[in-house]
Amino acid sequence: MRAKKLRFSHSDLFFLCICFSLLVSSPSLAFQSDELLADDEEFGLEGGRSPPDLDLSIPTRFSPPPSQPTTRAHTTRKRSSDPDSDSKVQLSLEHAFGDSSDFSPAGTFTARLKTWSHGGQTLTKLRFSRNSFTKTEEQEFKKLLEADDFYRIRVPSDVLSPPGRDYIISSVKARCLPRDGLDEHFVIHMDGVNILAVNYGSPGACPYPRQLKLPAKWSFNSHTVLKNSEVAPRTLSFAEEILGGENVEGEEGVKPLERPFWAKYWMYLIPLGLIVMNAITQAMNMPEEQAAGQSAAQPQAAIPRGQGGTAVRRR
Amino acid sequence: MAMAIRVFLLLLLFLSSSNLTFSLYEDQVGLMDWHQQYIGKVKHAVFHTQKAGRKRVVVSTEENVVASLDLRHGEIFWRHVLGTNDAIDQIDIALGKYVIALSSEGSILRAWNLPDGQMVWESFLPGSKPSKALLSIPANLKVNKDNVILTYSNGCLHAVSSIDGEVLWKKELATEGIEVQQLVHPLGSDIIYAVGFVGSSQFDVYQINAKNGELLKHDSAAFSSGFSGEMSLVSSDTLVALDATRSILVPINFRDGEITIHQAHVSDLFEDSSATAVILPSKLTGMVALKISSIIVFIKVADEGKLEVVDKIDHAAAVSDGILFSEDQQAFGLVQHVGSKIHLTVKLGHDWSSDLLKESFEMDHQRGLVHKVFINNYIRTDRSYGFRALIVMEDHSLLLLQQGAVVWSREDGLASIIDVATSELPVKNDGVSVAKVEHNLFEWLKGHILKLKGTLMLASPEDVAAIQRIRLKSSEKSKMTRDHNGFRKLLIVLTKAGKLCALHTGDGRIVWSLLLHSLHKSEACESPTGLNVYQWQVPHHHVMDENPSILVVGRCGLSPDAPGILSIVDTYTGKELNSLGPVHSIVQIIPLPFTDPTEQRLHLLIDADRRAHLYPRTPEAIGIFQREFANIYWYSVEADSGIIRGHVLKSNCILEVADEYCFETKDLWSIVFPSESEKIIATVTRKLNEVVHTQAKVIADQEVMYKYVSKNLLFVATVAPKAIGEIGSVTPEESWLVVYLIDTVTGRILHRMTHHGSQGPVHAVFSENWVVYHYFNLRAHRYEMSVIEIYDQSRADNKDVWKLVLGKHNLTSPISSYSRPEIITKSQSYFFTHSVNTIAVTSTAKGITSKQLLIGTIGDQVLALDKRFLDPRRSINPTQAEREEGIIPLTDSFPIIPQSYVTHALKVEGLRGIVTVPTKLESTTLIFSYGVDLYFTRLAPSKTYDSLTEDFSYALLLITIVALVVAIFVTWVLSERKELQEKWR
Repeated sequence: MRAKKLRFSHSDLFFLCICFSLLVSSPSLAFQSDELLADDEEFGLEGGRSPPDLDLSIPTRFSPPPSQPTTRAHTTRKRSSDPDSDSKVQLSLEHAFGDSSDFSPAGTFTARLKTWSHGGQTLTKLRFSRNSFTKTEEQEFKKLLEADDFYRIRVPSDVLSPPGRDYIISSVKARCLPRDGLDEHFVIHMDGVNILAVNYGSPGACPYPRQLKLPAKWSFNSHTVLKNSEVAPRTLSFAEEILGGENVEGEEGVKPLERPFWAKYWMYLIPLGLIVMNAITQAMNMPEEQAAGQSAAQPQAAIPRGQGGTAVRRR
Repeated sequence: MAMAIRVFLLLLLFLSSSNLTFSLYEDQVGLMDWHQQYIGKVKHAVFHTQKAGRKRVVVSTEENVVASLDLRHGEIFWRHVLGTNDAIDQIDIALGKYVIALSSEGSILRAWNLPDGQMVWESFLPGSKPSKALLSIPANLKVNKDNVILTYSNGCLHAVSSIDGEVLWKKELATEGIEVQQLVHPLGSDIIYAVGFVGSSQFDVYQINAKNGELLKHDSAAFSSGFSGEMSLVSSDTLVALDATRSILVPINFRDGEITIHQAHVSDLFEDSSATAVILPSKLTGMVALKISSIIVFIKVADEGKLEVVDKIDHAAAVSDGILFSEDQQAFGLVQHVGSKIHLTVKLGHDWSSDLLKESFEMDHQRGLVHKVFINNYIRTDRSYGFRALIVMEDHSLLLLQQGAVVWSREDGLASIIDVATSELPVKNDGVSVAKVEHNLFEWLKGHILKLKGTLMLASPEDVAAIQRIRLKSSEKSKMTRDHNGFRKLLIVLTKAGKLCALHTGDGRIVWSLLLHSLHKSEACESPTGLNVYQWQVPHHHVMDENPSILVVGRCGLSPDAPGILSIVDTYTGKELNSLGPVHSIVQIIPLPFTDPTEQRLHLLIDADRRAHLYPRTPEAIGIFQREFANIYWYSVEADSGIIRGHVLKSNCILEVADEYCFETKDLWSIVFPSESEKIIATVTRKLNEVVHTQAKVIADQEVMYKYVSKNLLFVATVAPKAIGEIGSVTPEESWLVVYLIDTVTGRILHRMTHHGSQGPVHAVFSENWVVYHYFNLRAHRYEMSVIEIYDQSRADNKDVWKLVLGKHNLTSPISSYSRPEIITKSQSYFFTHSVNTIAVTSTAKGITSKQLLIGTIGDQVLALDKRFLDPRRSINPTQAEREEGIIPLTDSFPIIPQSYVTHALKVEGLRGIVTVPTKLESTTLIFSYGVDLYFTRLAPSKTYDSLTEDFSYALLLITIVALVVAIFVTWVLSERKELQEKWR
């Protein structure tokens, strides 16, 4: 796993370099997008342990050629010559402004469809290219910002035969998106080739009294995460561990519990403390009494009388 | 002095130890719990009075109960609750000592011993195709000295031995294409006639030898107009059927293998020509009872198919079966409603003009109409014939009428509770009387005189009983006023019959009952069903003088797009304040967290067209609602199509008639589960009124974890579509269980987890920041329970004290669902021995007390399990710090201590639901569990740390204090005296 990670981090680096060069070379910063490069083995390993964290979104920036066609949902499955039978899959993201407007294309997800030997199909290497807002869309979005209304997106629920049974809709209050640019965050929950849900929103917080804020740049800064189901931790079966457990308990029984000094001996310490305190007060009182005794002989006189009394009784 | 201290210490020790006991002592049973046994709406009743010391009646009910009741008092001698899908078709008594019941559409035949209810035998009667289930026990039919039980079910005629349930012979009849309607066995013959229809227009009679099942003869006759399928047997060789249009009566005679069919138009017998007739299922001799529109018509069937109208009854009425009461005399009972009274008439079978018995009874109109009547004869002390009648009312109650009086009544509607709400009782000082329970001055005086008599030993047994009743009534727990601890409340239950009952939590008695008028069958509303009960108005503070009220929601018919019915009922008086309906359809009811100035809670009702309707329909409510308009979100689950959608309000409805309380909605988000791999089987949310005391959890190493407490979380469980069936129908490889935690505002999936090799049924409970669910693990062949806890990471950096001091924390900032949540979830699974009916969790007033899970086990008991056992932080060897925190070392299953059964030795038969209600006392919670039986108790999950136990001896405490004070004085005086003596020496 580690070796693979390393390999991919190399490829990431390589890709980053390309992206960076692209970023530097192209003067027009009309469009920015992030993409996720995910490890093939991280998704869809049935029965295997789920990866510790799937939130491996690696934001990279590149600017696509401005002439990129904004086509509607067309899934192109190009059968590659690869024996692992990978194929490219495209699914389109559509968006709508407010209640009245219809959905219109907003971007395209591209991914590789990997077919496993046991028949399962999963998506890997998801990339996202976002279309920039047109002028009318900008105006519409501004209206949403002013009304604190919802910006809605949708994707097909089936990757191979869009739109599947129904579109997956997700919405966000438009005021949550503007930051420096327009920051958005997609979490796409997959099950094989089906999309269950898309969680769409701002990548960070969106504090409640939502302030009206226009973005400085009308360009998207997108993060995408592909998520598959985690596998539940297995219930521990104690069949063989019961014996071990008993052993452990036996050892514990032999070895007395390590308790702090105070917990062990408090019953001795408290009386000791009392005696010490008593002694201290006695010692404090002693000089006083002596001083008092010198001035008034009465208490001192009482002692011999008491002694005398006992002496009398003894007699 | 030292002695006194020792005594005091001992006392303290005793007190603390007595507080630690969790379970009940034997003599504490019934002190704070009550248990009521019911049977449900009676379907069949068979009397058994001959030669029996204790007269009894055997009944079967719609709750699948077979019970033997005492005819004198209506108590249950014994009772068997069959499973939910084991409906009883017929019952009868064989050999005078066995109760025979045919159930599960005739595939199971069981016999119980009549005196004690022990099962004698059980037979499975397999068949080829489903059909009507018939049970017939001929009086004197013997095969090899063995009395025979005849059953027809699943297309097969079986003769079963009544001694051991062995199948003597079997005859397949379904292969002939006949739908058998009746089994006829003429007295003294060895031939059984199986009569029925083939297709819709052919009448067939099979003659079968009763000794060996041999087919003797088969006759058939065609009838061109076709049959409706109903028939009523008038004598052993004549029956009356209806044609397909229900306008022609068809008397059929099948004597000696000759079938003769006659015809008579209903319009000829009865003036109303357009009417269609329905044959009533009562078995009468020589007569047939028809229901034509709303009138019951009795028609005498003479020989040669001659029909003659005997009588017409245009009141609501019920007719019993005919019974043979002397050598050859037949009688049947007829119950009619006249005003507020009901008339019971017992008539001789062949002579309409003479009445054997005519009595009238005053009837509580809250019981509604008579639905069924069963009559039974007995011999009076003067050797004449007497009759008693068992009647089943509209509210499912059961009454025995005899000698002009209601001997006993049973409230069996309470066996089918749909929903439960609670209500506070009136405050003591303003003296609001609830349904005249507080007695007047005269009664008060009478009571005192009675008590005086009791103390002077002058009281007669009736007086003693009266004194006991008064004592019970005036005892603390059953008072009709609010108590300091909040233990006394009213449980408002809605039953399947559309009746509301208010039960007192002290002793479970019915304070008031109301047969809801709006849930009454009417022309506008054919089959009304009650759905839910909601708190409508809970007055406190400034509107204290108002009575609390509840909202009852119903529906005309079973489909979700049927028009809805709303009704508001005062919980103190039990009067219907207001009723609406039929209105728009009701799919979903959302109680909003807002109340209007009169403390009426705002409710949003969603109809089938996804429009939202606001109630109450007042301008104030609209004002409050408009302020929160943008912040109201809800979701809907379409379990069949596997889609969950989120919605938000849009604008006022665009309708022909302007309605400002109606709003259009729009979809905000959707989650589509792939239909080929997932199917929704359970959805659970948090209780709306749940209180969470602390948002943080301090863990062992002085760290703080913040609970992710959100009201908008939804737990969804899906399984593979193949695994929807019974446990074991799929292999572990092709079944899985996926659980989701979904934020219902944004549709965000916060957590998603797959349990491979597991399947439903899933029972779950959601509380605070955790969810517990129960399912079956196919790999381990055992039931499992899992827990998921959700913690908020975004507030984890608030632990810094300096930030708190400087106010740089985000604890007070409002939390928005649109922020990306940073949560972590912890999960763990454990094996669990029992299968589960239902799961609930205890709820307390402030949420400080630790929680217990209340698990309704398959044995119909309620098990209390500490939440600490379901803690995902458990590990096999917890560290010292974790042990001190109270984390239990991890085990693979839960310890089930017999003492932790809340229901102790009792069973709540047919357990369906558990309701927990917080009391004012933080440590205590009230638990009401219902099914066929009802059980109520009080539970303190962390012991009663905030009050002394009920059996605490205040006298002993006082005596001790007094003794101490006296001892101090005595010793002081003594020491003074001694000192003085010393000084004088």
